[in-house]
Amino acid sequence: MTQHDDGPRPLPSRRALLRAGLAGGAVALGGPALAQLGKTNPANLPPNVADWSKMLGDGVAVRTYGKPAKFESHIGRRDVSWLTASPQSSVSFTPLHEIDGPITPNGLCFERHHAGIAELNPTDYRLMLHGLVDKPLMFTLDDIKRMPRVNRAYFCECAANSGMEWRGAQLNGCQYTHGMVHCVMYTGVPLKVLLQEAGVKPNARWLLLEGGDASAMTRSLPLQKALDDALVAYRMNGEMLYPENGYPVRMVIPGWEANMWVKWLRRIEVGDQPWHTREETSKYTDLLENGRARRFTYVMDAKSVITSPSPQAPVNHKSGFTVLSGVAWSGRGKIARVDVSLDGGRNWRTARLDGPVWDKAIARFYYEFDWNGGELLLQSRAVDETGYVQPTKDELRKVRGVNSIYHNNGIQTWLLHRNGEVENVEVS
Amino acid sequence: MSRSLKFALTGLALAALAGAGATIVGAPDVAPAQERAAAPVKKLGIGREATTQEIAGWDIDIRPDGHGLPPGKGTVKQGEDIYMTQCAACHGEFGESAGRWPIVSGGSGSLATHDPVKSVGSYWPYASTLMDYIRRSMPFGNAQSLSNDELYAVTAYVLYLNDIIRDESFELSAQTFKSVRLPNEPNFYDDDRETAEKAFWRKEPCMSNCLPGRAAVTGRARVLDVTPEPGKGPKVE
Repeated sequence: MTQHDDGPRPLPSRRALLRAGLAGGAVALGGPALAQLGKTNPANLPPNVADWSKMLGDGVAVRTYGKPAKFESHIGRRDVSWLTASPQSSVSFTPLHEIDGPITPNGLCFERHHAGIAELNPTDYRLMLHGLVDKPLMFTLDDIKRMPRVNRAYFCECAANSGMEWRGAQLNGCQYTHGMVHCVMYTGVPLKVLLQEAGVKPNARWLLLEGGDASAMTRSLPLQKALDDALVAYRMNGEMLYPENGYPVRMVIPGWEANMWVKWLRRIEVGDQPWHTREETSKYTDLLENGRARRFTYVMDAKSVITSPSPQAPVNHKSGFTVLSGVAWSGRGKIARVDVSLDGGRNWRTARLDGPVWDKAIARFYYEFDWNGGELLLQSRAVDETGYVQPTKDELRKVRGVNSIYHNNGIQTWLLHRNGEVENVEVS
Repeated sequence: MSRSLKFALTGLALAALAGAGATIVGAPDVAPAQERAAAPVKKLGIGREATTQEIAGWDIDIRPDGHGLPPGKGTVKQGEDIYMTQCAACHGEFGESAGRWPIVSGGSGSLATHDPVKSVGSYWPYASTLMDYIRRSMPFGNAQSLSNDELYAVTAYVLYLNDIIRDESFELSAQTFKSVRLPNEPNFYDDDRETAEKAFWRKEPCMSNCLPGRAAVTGRARVLDVTPEPGKGPKVE
């Protein structure tokens, strides 16, 4: 297999300025875990007996709220500073390469704020529901917690996830190329329960969802989706929502772009037409090659990515038995299957889905194989229960152009080098 | 999903949700309890009526049809002063933007090129969006601080920067608002992926010899590496 570096170089020169300081980023990214662990200490290995086998450790309740082991402290959300003008209106990415299974730990869920993290006092939390209703209502957090509730695991993906890759391979790591997705188990009240309390008027068609942060972010939601599966959620993985995820109350709009999952939810207005807010006109509309733009592109198309091996999770053995692992999800329902290619999309074999496969949630897949130590071009391809097959990046560019920013669900390629390093590439 | 969906079913859907949610609050737990619908048959009687005054304080949205426009007025000239002191540092004196802050003017004719500039004048479909957004989110870090007159004035000035309003003495108000139209409005259309991209639903995805020859690498992230260094992001502590 030959490698050519003469492909398109689509980046603005501003970004190229950063190159010097970041050379060899892929190698360094693979390194921190190894560096942290350092060299093996023979004193801890048999026949010797390690200190931790002799001495007492911390007692109970020293760690009243547990944290990951100190040896895992390199794991965290990261941002890409050149993407945005300020950290208060920006994004940080889930380290997909550091987690397994279908569920994302609360502290690692990607963040997207428009005016920083609002720190709401739950005592002063109010949710207003008004507009085309029989009776406008005001709810406290206790009110919402008193209502009948459900538990549902859903993926939440920013429409701009993989948005930097439209014009070519750009960021070296699945955290950056695919890390604007997370999947947690929500506890919340179906939105239809609240609407039923207020009584929706017959001419109602749309809802406006508004956040209580300093951007007061708003999106219009079709009433039909509100009555289907939207949740007013207050817990994630059993815990109260974290502040960065909308504490104390956020919207959950299963399968639809994360921008609609309004955090710090303060107001729902019922209306007869959409509002065309900034987030559904200037942003989150998909500009096509002909200069026209799609709007209300809510559903997240089926997508997958291999999280290991990946640029931040290189292979640390020379050859032999290897577990390939990744995640897949679809906004249209359950993942039906995931196929994996080792040769850049020429031949495919079906991976093994393991763990629960929920509706509109992340499904975990594995493909176990004997690596011969040679170069591989790794790809994964999700198929959902509606028969939608994740397209290649080129197929997607053919129908959308490269200006869309949003909804890039093209197949990702990782080049696994002989030395175990992995690189984000595009293939013919 | 699109606006053209048949929402005539609304009443039906409401009836269905009442029927489907067979759980009665307080009923004994008999059936296998997994994933039963949580919608009660009867109203819960939870929450209190919101007052007109409370709603007035939070109801700040403005729609393209003018729904929600507050009382007030302001001219382009008045808006210039507000813009220069409260907006220009980030958005640029002429709306051209400073650094990575959002651009608000320019870019006319650029949308079909590979360097599209999506400003208020070149891209945004509705002037109401601009006014609604300024009202709720701007100035950045001091949101909801403008008076209604200031809001009208600065909106008028941004429209002036975009050549939408051409007369410095133009006074924007709930009355004159309806005369303002943005040129790119006709170029938006509802999501049609399920028809336009129907080819992505495939009965039998190809499993072998799907593409000719061996795969060649055509682009590499490492070559243009802009990946952040480890340790630059927030620490987990």
